[in-house]
Amino acid sequence: MTTPFYVSPQQAMADRAEYARKGIARGRGLVVLQYADGIVFVAENPSRALHKVSEIYDRIGFAATGKYNEYENLRIGGVRYADLRGYTYDRDDVTARGLANVYAQTLGTIFSSAGEKPYEVELIVAEVGDAPEDDQVYRLPHDGSIIDEHGSVAVGGNADQISSYLEQRHEDGMTLSAALRLAVQALGRDGNGGERELTADQLEVAVLDRTRPQRRKFKRVLGRQLSQLLEPGTSADAGTDDAGDAEAPDGSGGGDASGEGGSPKKKK
Amino acid sequence: MAANSRDQGRLPAPFLTPGSSSFLDFMSTHAPEQLPGHRPLPPVQGAIEAPHGTTIVAVAFPGGVVLAGDRRATMGNMIAQRDIEKVFPADEYSAVGIAGTAGLAVEMVRLFQLELEHFEKVEGDTLSLEGKANRLSTMIRGNLGMAMQGLAVVPLFAGYDTDREKGRIFSYDVTGGRSEEFGFAAVGSGSIFARGALKKLHRGDLTEEQTATVAVQALYDAADDDSATGGPDVTRRIYPVVAVISEDGYRRLAESEVADIARTVLDARLQLPNGPLAPVV
Repeated sequence: MTTPFYVSPQQAMADRAEYARKGIARGRGLVVLQYADGIVFVAENPSRALHKVSEIYDRIGFAATGKYNEYENLRIGGVRYADLRGYTYDRDDVTARGLANVYAQTLGTIFSSAGEKPYEVELIVAEVGDAPEDDQVYRLPHDGSIIDEHGSVAVGGNADQISSYLEQRHEDGMTLSAALRLAVQALGRDGNGGERELTADQLEVAVLDRTRPQRRKFKRVLGRQLSQLLEPGTSADAGTDDAGDAEAPDGSGGGDASGEGGSPKKKK
Repeated sequence: MAANSRDQGRLPAPFLTPGSSSFLDFMSTHAPEQLPGHRPLPPVQGAIEAPHGTTIVAVAFPGGVVLAGDRRATMGNMIAQRDIEKVFPADEYSAVGIAGTAGLAVEMVRLFQLELEHFEKVEGDTLSLEGKANRLSTMIRGNLGMAMQGLAVVPLFAGYDTDREKGRIFSYDVTGGRSEEFGFAAVGSGSIFARGALKKLHRGDLTEEQTATVAVQALYDAADDDSATGGPDVTRRIYPVVAVISEDGYRRLAESEVADIARTVLDARLQLPNGPLAPVV
């Protein structure tokens, strides 16, 4: 019989954190920025089917980096949590703060339970408010802590460099187009100070737009609209309204209409 | 194990179980008591008095479908509510109108809306129109116990099929039996009279506005002969709910639009109380 090695608790937790951090750093970068009309999510993601950015509820969006099966599991858990809460109480009672808390508890429990592999994920939960001051952005690292972020936040591979780049250049009240271009520049920087050019088809972009008439504020920015916004020198957000929002029914009862699943069907 | 994880404040196991995109499936494992079909039935003798919603009509036109409902809820001889709304958007491309026990019907619609939205968020794509119609069938079947005690809910489901590019109508019976209707359909206590009117007024080549007018005419005829159906209430400015579902999605007609249609119908009825005449030959 062999004697088990003694591992100090500090060492055990440090090892687990190291393991999770390494897994997360292998992924591609993802940034979330506040702009004048809401919050924009930009991820480097060549896949059209496996999303890193998704809708959770009317005003709440979710972005994640790391291991797909783990964050997908958390995303669906979040959708279930939000839908159940909204059904039990009211749609207004579903908040990003509540959701972030649940995620933090879940990640924290998994991280500190010795029997489970720590999740290699880092999440962002964002809620768009009626005014920019009411926007909330929470970053949730692998260990169950919550960081309340303002302005800009980056997670995933190379996150430190990207976020310091963003911090220096991000301003309040940017247009969508300006925020998007800044995000793409930031994502294109690699660890050695080099730069890559990211094109529209390597990006996954979505917004929580407070000016949308519908109850559900989440919208993916796709195709032509995205390339238009990325072009330098285009006037502010010319592309925002014509391609996306025109599709939406704006009758008083049409609040439920048009979420992420509805939009790809409409090609204008 | 489940209780243990709940104590720690993390998401309980059913939240993180992969596999199902259905909110109802999730609810039936996590919180079955919140689902209508899972509640024990109280033993009662005879019928229970509860507000009932009445007439809903659906009329297809070349670019989509119109769904309209009157505004009355009755409880026995009494008018329980004058301005109840019985036509709801189910998602961007479909709507549901309900007849039967109002309280249960509204709950069913909320769950149905959530079921479609939940699927859409989890899968990143919408259900097919047939899929939505089948889902509703299952939900009605869940209410069968209540229906046997006189608390039936009978919806009418209409939507724009984005694959076939046309409006489609589905009607149901209390046991959840589903049948597709072509052209027009009506449910509720005034449906016999509404259907009679629609038979004479519906044509395949109507525009959206004409179809909305035909729907209001049919509701007028239902109100004319069925005491439980409410006609346009000019004094209180309560008009039917009229929704159009087309390629552009769900749109509820503004109150002023419906008021104009209702006034036109009423003015014509001052001349011909039985409504417009269909050509005989």
